Amino acid sequence: MEISVIVFPGSNCDRDVAVSLKKVFKRNPKMVWHKEQTLPKSDLIVLPGGFSYGDYLRCGSMAANSPIMSEIIKCGENGTFIIGICNGFQILTETNLLPGTLIRNRDLSFICKNLPLKVENSKSRFTHKYSANEIIEIPVAHNEGNYFADQKTIKNIEDKDLVVFRYCNKDGIINDETNPNGSKNNIAGIINEQGNILGMMPHPERATDKVAGLIDGEKFFISVLESIQ
Amino acid sequence: MKALVKIMPKKGVLDPQGKAIEKSLNQLGFSQINSVIQGKLIEIEIDSINENDAQKIVEDASKQLLANLVIEDYEITIIKDE
Repeated sequence: MEISVIVFPGSNCDRDVAVSLKKVFKRNPKMVWHKEQTLPKSDLIVLPGGFSYGDYLRCGSMAANSPIMSEIIKCGENGTFIIGICNGFQILTETNLLPGTLIRNRDLSFICKNLPLKVENSKSRFTHKYSANEIIEIPVAHNEGNYFADQKTIKNIEDKDLVVFRYCNKDGIINDETNPNGSKNNIAGIINEQGNILGMMPHPERATDKVAGLIDGEKFFISVLESIQ
Repeated sequence: MKALVKIMPKKGVLDPQGKAIEKSLNQLGFSQINSVIQGKLIEIEIDSINENDAQKIVEDASKQLLANLVIEDYEITIIKDE
């Protein structure tokens, strides 16, 4: 199994996700610089968190047009697994591999804390190790994590069960008070219709080691591993 | 030739920055100001012989990169060299 982690200028979670991937997949991912024109053979591509291109213009907009991205878009359309975390999610929406976009947090502040999430779809290839409606705790760290799409798009992704994570409180309550950033319907993570591409704002790679505090992200990576095998 | 691309949030899209500016202005005593929307203005120099070509180039650039049509509208103004 081959994994590629794409590194953009300003990526800063590329090493973290590589550590988590190595722990679960038992192999080193290839770190691929964004200027490469060709992608090594990959069963899984990860777009890591960070501030690619300093978040200039719009978060992820420059990275979405990096040389490597046309290869990644092709792979994604052909069914290769792609995970976009935080800035990676922003990049995936900018390439239109995922619908909607991520705008400035409702309260204009950078949010950096551990938050409860509800696993809304525990049947996806990224989440099947979780139980239905499981409440997990995953760190978030973002300034533009406010998921936005028009009503029609929101209805479509909800009808098709493409929302995999929503922000909630410890009891699983999903409402405006438990919405940290203003995301439509508390959406924290989605998949595409084919089910091979996932984007999420929270950082599962920061929750795969007990020493660092949280462990709930491990099942996410194990789900992906089992789905690819 | 020069082009100006004005990019503004679409109606109905939350604009927390505009809201914060509006609040600040109200606190400064500008009580008549009742709505602020923040957008972007991008100035571009183009090598182009005619206005139509310039318009088309900037239109493509706006769609491909400058604006995100999920949340933003854009407006192009072409300014001819003097």
